[in-house]
Formats: sequence, C-alpha cells, structure tokens
Amino acid sequence: MADAPNSYRTGPDERGHFGQFGGRYVSETLMPLLLDLEKEYARAKEDPAFLAELAELNRVYIGRPSPLYYAERLTEHLGGAKVYFKREELNHTGAHKINHAIGQVLLAKRMGKTRVIAETGAGQHGVATATVAARFGLECTVFMGAVDIERQKPNVFRMKLLGAEVQPVTSGSATLKDAMNEALRNWVTNVHDTFYIIGTVAGPHPYPMMVRDFQSIIGIETREQIMEAEGRLPDRLVACVGGGSNAMGLFHPFLDEPTVAMDAVEAAGHGVDTDQHAASITGGTPGVLHGNRTYLLQTPDGQIAEAHSISAGLDYPGIGPEHVWLHEAGRVNYVSATDDEALAAFRLTAELEGIIPALESSHAIAHIIRIAPDLPKDHVIVLNLSGRGDKDIFTVAKALGADIA
Amino acid sequence: MTRLTDRFAALKAENRAALIPFIVAGDPDHATTFDILKGLPEAGADIIELGMPFSDPSADGPAIEKAAGRALKAGASMVRTLDLVRDFRKGDITTPIVLMGYFNPIMAYGIDAFVKDAVNAGADGLIIVDLPPEEDAELREPATAAGLSVIRLATPTSTDARLATILDGASGFVYYVSVAGVTGQKSAASTDIAAAVARIRAQSDLPVAVGFGIRTPEQAAEVAAHADAAVVGSAIVSRIEAGLDAAGKPEDGLVREVLGFVSGLKAGVARGRKP
Repeated sequence: MADAPNSYRTGPDERGHFGQFGGRYVSETLMPLLLDLEKEYARAKEDPAFLAELAELNRVYIGRPSPLYYAERLTEHLGGAKVYFKREELNHTGAHKINHAIGQVLLAKRMGKTRVIAETGAGQHGVATATVAARFGLECTVFMGAVDIERQKPNVFRMKLLGAEVQPVTSGSATLKDAMNEALRNWVTNVHDTFYIIGTVAGPHPYPMMVRDFQSIIGIETREQIMEAEGRLPDRLVACVGGGSNAMGLFHPFLDEPTVAMDAVEAAGHGVDTDQHAASITGGTPGVLHGNRTYLLQTPDGQIAEAHSISAGLDYPGIGPEHVWLHEAGRVNYVSATDDEALAAFRLTAELEGIIPALESSHAIAHIIRIAPDLPKDHVIVLNLSGRGDKDIFTVAKALGADIA
Repeated sequence: MTRLTDRFAALKAENRAALIPFIVAGDPDHATTFDILKGLPEAGADIIELGMPFSDPSADGPAIEKAAGRALKAGASMVRTLDLVRDFRKGDITTPIVLMGYFNPIMAYGIDAFVKDAVNAGADGLIIVDLPPEEDAELREPATAAGLSVIRLATPTSTDARLATILDGASGFVYYVSVAGVTGQKSAASTDIAAAVARIRAQSDLPVAVGFGIRTPEQAAEVAAHADAAVVGSAIVSRIEAGLDAAGKPEDGLVREVLGFVSGLKAGVARGRKP
C-alpha cells in the first residue's frame, strides 16, 4: 500500500473504470442507452426533486433508517469484540436490494421507460424489482435460473403476486449468470421501452457506480448510528459479497477512514480449494463478463465456470469491479466462508439473537464467529445483516435433514 | 492490400454483393466444422465468419448459443479454432476469414499471443461483440498493426454522432446489425436497411455488411440490393442442429445439406443485384 490514493471514493473514472476494472463491455446496440443512462443519472443526482423523492420513499416505503442493533448475546457468546448488526433485513421486502431498486425505478420513470426487467438469483432482487414496478405501475419481467426457481419457491410466488412475469432460464448452469445473460438479451431486444434494473454493483458502467451510490445509504446511516452508540467510528466492517452490493453500500462511506478495517466474505461453497465455490476474488482471475472487467471463475481457456454456494444469492462467478480494485489496492480484506460455516452461523444467530439471517449474511456472521473471540473487548465490529432468512428455510431444512415441504 | 480489401474490390468490380456465412468453430465437432469450412467457398461464400465459442454469449440468440455449447462440449478451444483456420489455409489462400466472438477467451489466451497466432493461422479480421469503440483499443491497436482488420458494429440505435465514433478507427468493413436484438430472432424491413446503409456510406468508404435476421435466399436478395454483403448465421447454424441425431452426432449428409443451403443463399445474393 505504498502508493495508496488520496481517496478511495472518487472512482470510477469518466469511462467507468476502477483502475483497469469496470468499463462498458457490451454490444454496440446497448451503448447509446448506457450513455443516455449515464447522463440522466448525473442529472438526477443533482436534482433536488429526485433526491427528495428518493429520501421520502426510503423513509416511508422502505422503512429507513434501518436500526443498528447491538448483538449482545452473540457478543457474549464469542467472548471478544463487540458485534453490531446493521439491520437491512428489516427493510420492506426483507433485504438491502430494495435500496437500489427504488433508485433505479425512479430513473426508469425519468427516462420515460414503461417496462423494467431484472435478473435474480435468490429472488431478493427480483422481489425488490417486482415491488417497485408494482408501486410505480410498470410492466416487469424477472429472469431467473430454473435451478434457482426450484430452490427459491417462496420468492418466485411473491414476485408473481406482485404482478411480475418470472421467466425461467434453462441455458448454461440455469443460475444467476445465465439469468443475467438472458436479461441482457432481452434488454438488447427491447431497448426502446425497457430499463434494466441490475441487482448488484456489477454490469456495464454506470451500473456499478449507480447501485453503489443508492446502497451507500447503509454506510451513511451506520456512521451516524455508531457515533451515537459508541461515540466513535467502528474498528471493523464486515459484509458478505456475491456481486457485492450490500458490502459496497456499507463500506463506501468509510473507505477514506484509515482506522476502519473492512472484511468482505465470499462464498467458499465446499471449499475454495475445490471446484465448488463462488469466491471470485479468492479463487478467480481477471476477465470480462456481463459488461465489465472484473475477477471471474473461469477455465484457463476463458470459459466461465459454474459457481457453487448454498446461498443462491452468492452463486455468481463474478464480482463488482470496484471490489476487485479495492482488493488489489489492499483496502478491503477478502476472505471466504464455506456452506457449512454459513449454516452453523445461521443456526447460532437464530438461537442467540432471535434473528433468522439470510444465508448470504450468514457467511459474514461465520467470519465474525472466527475472528471475534481473538479480538479485544473494546473492538467494535459492524456487520451488515443484508437480508432475512425466511426465503432460505427450505434450503436450510434440506441441509439439516428436516422435511418441511 | 489484404485478403478482405482484395475481395471487396473484386466484388465491386463485378457489381456483386458478398455472401458471408457464419458457423461456430467446433460445432458439432472439429472434423465436421472443417468439412463445412472447406466446402464453403465453392458453395458461394465470399468471406467466412467463424465463431469462437464462448460459454456466455450474451448478445447471441438461442441457435448460436446452443451451437457454442455443442462446440465446447466437443472440446472446442481457441487453439483448435485457430487450427481450423490454419488447416483451411492449406487449401485456400484467397477467401477471407473473420473471427467472431467475445473478449474473455482472447484475454485468457493473451492479447498479443492471440493477435500473432491469428495472423499466422491466416485470419483476416475480428468481430468482438462485447468490445465497443470505448473499450477496443487494447485489442484494435495490436491487431491493426499486425494486419488484422477490426470490424466494428453499427446498429439501429446508432445516432449520427455515434456512427462517427464507430467509423473512426473501423477497418475491413462495417457490420450493420439490422435489428435491435440478438441474432436470429427477427428481420428488418428492406427500406430500413436501405436507409441505414446509405447513412453509413455518407460517413465512410468502408464496405457495409448487413446481418441479423437473414434466413432465406429472398431476404439475402433484398439485403444484397442495398449492402455490400449479407451475413447469414443463425439460419445456417440451425441447419447444422437439424442434421444431428438424438445423440448429437452428425447424420450422413449434414455437410452436403448445409452447403446446399449456403448455395441457395448465394443464388439469392446474386439475384439481389442487377447485372
């Protein structure tokens, strides 16, 4: 870190790059639309009416600010650092995904689009998109891998109740990456009336920046709340990463605070030394997919590998480009947790705190279980509890051998 | 002069439009691709577009996506794609070959190594679908220096200002994607194609090839009336798929059937221009 930049918060550059990552690697058909979106977003960010509408929706529709909760029993159990949960799972629709869905639907409306599309893995982003589409009266199609449709039935039903069409994707591994391919294809075909609500800090510029900005409300609130609770900044922030939107939202407002350590937890599936994981930074290499240059799980020949995680939301072979940049800059520490560790963390949190966390967030909790006991008692950790685990009870039941279907 | 410029100059002198058939390297297997490739010039291909298979072809329709999947399953790779070009050149040193694909396998191969090996194998141009002008310099500069044309795409969503960006730095020919969408789905109206080709010609001297949605000799004739070349991909690839047995193996006569289809397209292209 000899040549650390003056600020970690100024990216991307005008071409959408974070160092060599990010960019706009898309077919020419989409370029005019992306250039329009970039301009419209720049205008919206400066428009008090847009910001006021977003703030009001955050307050009365999502239920922000989400609380910062001191996890007293978990802290006692671990016997080390103090653990706080940023309660994003209390948001309307049950996860942080609603934060960027609201922001993007307001942009879709400004741009005169009548239809939104989205891709989804676990279904949280699909539910968030279907929700905002219903709220603003836009037609909505959600692309979802056939495998994920099978393991996330409750969310599929919720999307349909909200009036969205759920389009099963059977190509490739029939999971999130293939849903994203299909969404891109559909977007190319319907550019005139369709806005693509991307579900994470990935995809072509300006999406990684735009989704990060909408998610940064998490870190902004955390900053105020921890100052109130502890009278100082936290020592450490912890969040899970698949694409990386909840982690980026928590981290970004703190990136220039040198005393705040940041750990991002990837899904190690059956282990990063196997071929059954979703840890793009820990086990991937640089490449280009879905409109951005980033780290990918891939073969030596540049074919994209299938990711594996018990959590459908982390089961993606790439990661947002800003994360890769922060990794290479040494600002954020990327670690991983296995399926089994996540399951154990899921159960422990339910039993000790009366909170059923999403399997995604359980990866972050698993990391805390590993590190907190060895940290001093005055060490303050804020963990982003990005979603609730109601959607995951069938997966967990299956893993535990219980029959609840 | 390059094979591509030579070929377009010859076509222009004869007042002919080019037929550019597209197949995916290694679909359904290496040997069958090579048999088709060898037969394409005689069947009427003026230029050949050879797809480099990619696992996640997000700008292609189902026909080409499935073809890439078949090829990868049968062991296709960048090395073997270039082998096909090299072996083709042993029997044909005049028909230009343009490689089409996505950037990630090229990055994995190494840009400089890829450019060198593609030129040595006998490729003439590159169409990289997910490299818009804003991102293509790192491939375009070494490729152009080595004599590989980097073919840029124009689309119905391209404004005049955008066209200027696209045409600045384009070489070989301009590929006009005639519909906003993925390959093989719908077809553009002939009048729209005429207007688009005229708009590109007003800004560039490069030949204009039109692709996406051309499935029949009649459609090929309409395109040939306006453009310098007609590209046909999904319709040919679908013929390959139709010639596979239940186990995915090529049935007898598949190569003949595919080449026969290409001959029909060639006749359409020929009808498109007044003698």
